[in-house]
Amino acid sequence: MTVLVTGASGMLGRAVAEQLLADGEEVRCFQRRPSGVRGARDHLGSIEDSAAVTEAVQECSSVVHLAAKVSFTGTAADFDRINVVGTRCLLDAARKAGVGDVVYVSSPSVAHSGSSLVGAPAGPADPTHARGHYARTKAAAELLALARSSPGFRVAAVRPHIVWGPGDTQLVERVIQRARQGRLPLLDGGTALIDTTYVDNAAVAIVACLRRMHQAQGRALVVTNGEPRPIAELLAGICRAGGVAPPRWSVPGLVARGAGAVIERAWLAAGRSEEPPMTRFLAEQLSTAHWFDQRATREVLDWTPAVDIEEGLRRLESYYRR
Amino acid sequence: MVALPGVDPSWSTFADVPSTSSADTPGTTHRWHYLDNRADHDGRTVKGTLLCVHGNPTFSFLWRTYLAAGLAAGWRVIAVDQLDMGYSARTGVFRRLADRITDLEDFVAAVGLTGPVVTVGHDWGGVVSLGYADRNRAGLAGVILTNTAIHQDPARPIPAPLRLALARGVHRLGTRTTSAFLDVTLALARPRLDRQVRRAFRAPYRDAKARQGIANFVADIPVGPTHPSYAALTAAAEGIRSITVPVLMMWGPQDPIFSDPYLEDLARRLPHADIHRFEGAGHLVQEDADTASTALQWLEARGVGLDPVPAGALERSGHTAYAPLGQRVGELAVGPDSGSTAVAEMTAAGVPRTLSWRELQDDIERVSHGLLARGIGHGSRVSLLVPPGVDLTVLIYACLRVGAVIVVADAGLGARGLSRAVRGAAPDVVIGIERALVAARVFGWPGRRISAAPLSAAERSALGIEASLKDLRSTALSATGGAPPEPEADPDADAAILFTSGSTGPAKGVVYTHRQLAAMRDAVERTLGLGPGTALVAGFAPFALLGPALGATSVTPAMDVTAPRTLTAQALAEAAEAIEATVVFASPAALRNVLATRGELTPSGRTALARITLLLSAGAPIPVPLLEAVQDLVPAADLHTPYGMTESLLVADIDLQGIREAMTAVGTGTEGAGNGVCVGRPVHGARVGIAALDDVGAPSQDVTVEPGVTGEILVSAPHVKDRYFRLWRTEQLSAGIPPWHRTGDVGHLDADGRLWVEGRLGHVISSPDGAMTPVGLEQALEGLDGVRLAAVVGVGPMGTQVVVAVIEEDTAGDAVDGGGRAAPKRRRARLADDTVTARARALARERGIDLAAVIAVPRLPVDIRHNAKIDRTRVARWSARFLAGGRSGPL
Repeated sequence: MTVLVTGASGMLGRAVAEQLLADGEEVRCFQRRPSGVRGARDHLGSIEDSAAVTEAVQECSSVVHLAAKVSFTGTAADFDRINVVGTRCLLDAARKAGVGDVVYVSSPSVAHSGSSLVGAPAGPADPTHARGHYARTKAAAELLALARSSPGFRVAAVRPHIVWGPGDTQLVERVIQRARQGRLPLLDGGTALIDTTYVDNAAVAIVACLRRMHQAQGRALVVTNGEPRPIAELLAGICRAGGVAPPRWSVPGLVARGAGAVIERAWLAAGRSEEPPMTRFLAEQLSTAHWFDQRATREVLDWTPAVDIEEGLRRLESYYRR
Repeated sequence: MVALPGVDPSWSTFADVPSTSSADTPGTTHRWHYLDNRADHDGRTVKGTLLCVHGNPTFSFLWRTYLAAGLAAGWRVIAVDQLDMGYSARTGVFRRLADRITDLEDFVAAVGLTGPVVTVGHDWGGVVSLGYADRNRAGLAGVILTNTAIHQDPARPIPAPLRLALARGVHRLGTRTTSAFLDVTLALARPRLDRQVRRAFRAPYRDAKARQGIANFVADIPVGPTHPSYAALTAAAEGIRSITVPVLMMWGPQDPIFSDPYLEDLARRLPHADIHRFEGAGHLVQEDADTASTALQWLEARGVGLDPVPAGALERSGHTAYAPLGQRVGELAVGPDSGSTAVAEMTAAGVPRTLSWRELQDDIERVSHGLLARGIGHGSRVSLLVPPGVDLTVLIYACLRVGAVIVVADAGLGARGLSRAVRGAAPDVVIGIERALVAARVFGWPGRRISAAPLSAAERSALGIEASLKDLRSTALSATGGAPPEPEADPDADAAILFTSGSTGPAKGVVYTHRQLAAMRDAVERTLGLGPGTALVAGFAPFALLGPALGATSVTPAMDVTAPRTLTAQALAEAAEAIEATVVFASPAALRNVLATRGELTPSGRTALARITLLLSAGAPIPVPLLEAVQDLVPAADLHTPYGMTESLLVADIDLQGIREAMTAVGTGTEGAGNGVCVGRPVHGARVGIAALDDVGAPSQDVTVEPGVTGEILVSAPHVKDRYFRLWRTEQLSAGIPPWHRTGDVGHLDADGRLWVEGRLGHVISSPDGAMTPVGLEQALEGLDGVRLAAVVGVGPMGTQVVVAVIEEDTAGDAVDGGGRAAPKRRRARLADDTVTARARALARERGIDLAAVIAVPRLPVDIRHNAKIDRTRVARWSARFLAGGRSGPL
């Protein structure tokens, strides 16, 4: 089959493209800058550019849609344009081009509003209660994508939770950098259990979803390693892999959340474009439990993660030792 | 009618009912409101009708769960609003009890019931429903009562809250003018009622006129023989004595009005009744506990209704030869050894108090006479709050001799737990030491009072004591005609109620018959080879009472029985020395302290301990290193650690040698060996089965003895309990896999027939990979350097729990540090160090378990009685908070 992967310049998009290639599929990548995926055909463009998207999706049988605006900064309009309008644009084009299956890569944050999650089910996406522009627009896009699902045009949503691995700039790089600067606190001792997903596992799960569309269509599936760990342990593991000392100081979560909210506002008011050191959302993520019931996901996808956290950290370590 | 939560609007029905009550002029018709689940709709066959009658100031809404549950189980359920109450008519006439019974008959005549009838009543509705049941025996198939009363003892004041509600100036204001009576009643619910439910209860009683019925109901309480309703009440109270259909009483003991004495009164009028007390529930027991499903479960179990499933009554099979528990005392008292020591008690003064077999027998006879002379005999429940020793032994055997039922609760339950247990047992008599009698006074325990020691006249009157044990002993033989009390009690009559330790919820009363107690003695005798000629130190309470029954000389060491860990090595040695004991019964906590204090042993003490040939430690598992340390102290002894519980004191037995063999079996790969604590093979007369667990950790009905299959441990033996006391629902559950007793423990058998215990059923972890048990991994973790104690628990929703290890670090660096554990250096809970975590994970992985987290805590909670069983439920709850982020508080 021929699969279009959008957002293949990101860590997960690249991994998905490579996994598909390894499985012997024909792969096209669509993003603004070259993906660097060897063996795939790059189509460069913007996701809300209908003409570019239409061209890229021609003769594809399936689409994996990862392109999204992920960052914290930016206006609501930016998020809406890329995440919602862009998704609609892609779906329209894919349908017209006769694509059979679409996997929309989403996030567990589309269904949750900041309280702790303990063995939680996926739950329906909820744009009105999702926290922040990212989660809100991803939720809206997931709803509209799943609403389009039909036997002739099957759509499923996969929501990997906290994807990490070698080359990750979102989490791993930032943790290591801040730990090196001594600016990485633990919140409430870092005891909250967090589910994470090693990048290769997420990629395999997404590809598995393409093959299990008869089961998965119309559904949203949270994907994780199924190994919840205290956040302190995860951060320490990442720091050690990156060759820096793990964080030792702890800040009460309540304080961090308050401080995060203040920093957020100041940051946005100052019009700075880089990521702020702490946000309310990040503080919540780092001080409340977030882990999920994986039974339905594993049954539907007929998949189990091949790389456990320990092995993932070893791979991360050898990546930094290079 | 307004929409009510939990009520299907189609149930709400009105009917015009002609009245034959003398309160109304002839020809009067009243409009009744009632709820009817119409289970018989469209000609469907039903098992019968539950006729539910509410009390004051509620209405049919109280029974909503019965209507729903009844529908599902094939019962038509009708719940009336009595006249002047709920949504039924306000008649403008003061309706008294007799009128209300007639009213109910009128209602039934007008509406018609389907099939056999079961009356269900609450509060004063209980009286009305009993009055109806008494007068309408044809078709009556069962009676269900909840927090009600049928008789007011003229000698007892009516409950204070009702006195207040009746007081002049309060009555009208409190019941009619304002909704105070209603509000107070609703506030009795525990936990608090949901707002919607409270609103629903208030809905029909919004204004003073609507509340006239509430006021009249209160005014109709027959406070004394001169009250107009006294005759009707007495007629019903006496009439029901001849009711023979099955009766179920469900009670919320935390009721300021219809408290336990009223239950006791009803239980005496209807002695065949099944009773379940929902500990913690109150007056509105329907709101506080799941009484509806209990009622339907009971109807099925008792075979009430059409097309009933045959009652699951268990036939007792194969009675073995029976000799009363006290038989051997009598034999030895007249034998050649009548002058040798039967019982001894070490005292603080150092001079032991002893009785020979002859003296023991005489003392038992004297106390028996004293009891009988005071009307304490067959069926009397006697709560014994006397520490182990000569007096307790005499009292136990005297009570059993006269057919009284001994009630034994451990002071280790704490004041509140003990109080709850004693109240629940509703003793006729409390015999206790002064401290216990003070508690009886303070907590208002039921029953007459007898003191173990003579007290001053002032103390006697202050504590309401009618006699002392000395008085019992000196009762003139003429008081009972001088003849020994005859005949012996019925072997299948109740003999004892022993309370569980209460480490998993409120302590439960466990009933043994005389035959079952005798079987216990036989199991101990045959398993451990004890009998006449043996001398034993009784340092473990439940077994302490068996010494005389076995014909063995027994001695109680000097210790605080409420805290087994107070037994010192020297106290043990002195007790052993006093009777040249060869056998010791102790608990693990006691043994820990014995080891901790071994330095104080005198040379003669060492010699005494060197004579011990059998040491038995019961109550909790005991780690091998501890056993080995004990072996050093009693080098000649065979060390046994039997497995059992209050419901079956002996299930399996193993000795140190057996434990070593079991460990070898693990090494050699014997099928099923490992993953748990090996407790040996079933004792004499006992059979063990396993009810395999399903994926979510629930035991199935399939009983297996196949090696390696994990499930709930079942035991069947002549010495297993008869039932739980006034816990019908609990008993049903525990006897739910006939003919077995469900122990609530999980474990498996190995190919050589050894039983391995893996934890409590409630501690089974329900992970996505299936059910898993904690003990095997805990034992492995406790083998790690620096880990003193470990608890393995599940966190998260059933079916998708993660596994968490909580460890207590070994700060003292000594695994055997006695009862007093070293003060923890680290006061706060935290994630364990990287190295410990990594090692723990590796151990877990060997067993196919992923440990989500390893938490180090200063101290793990253990039970009071044994100081050894970890409260995993509490650990699990706390761990869930700790791992959710934010504040978890101390464990």
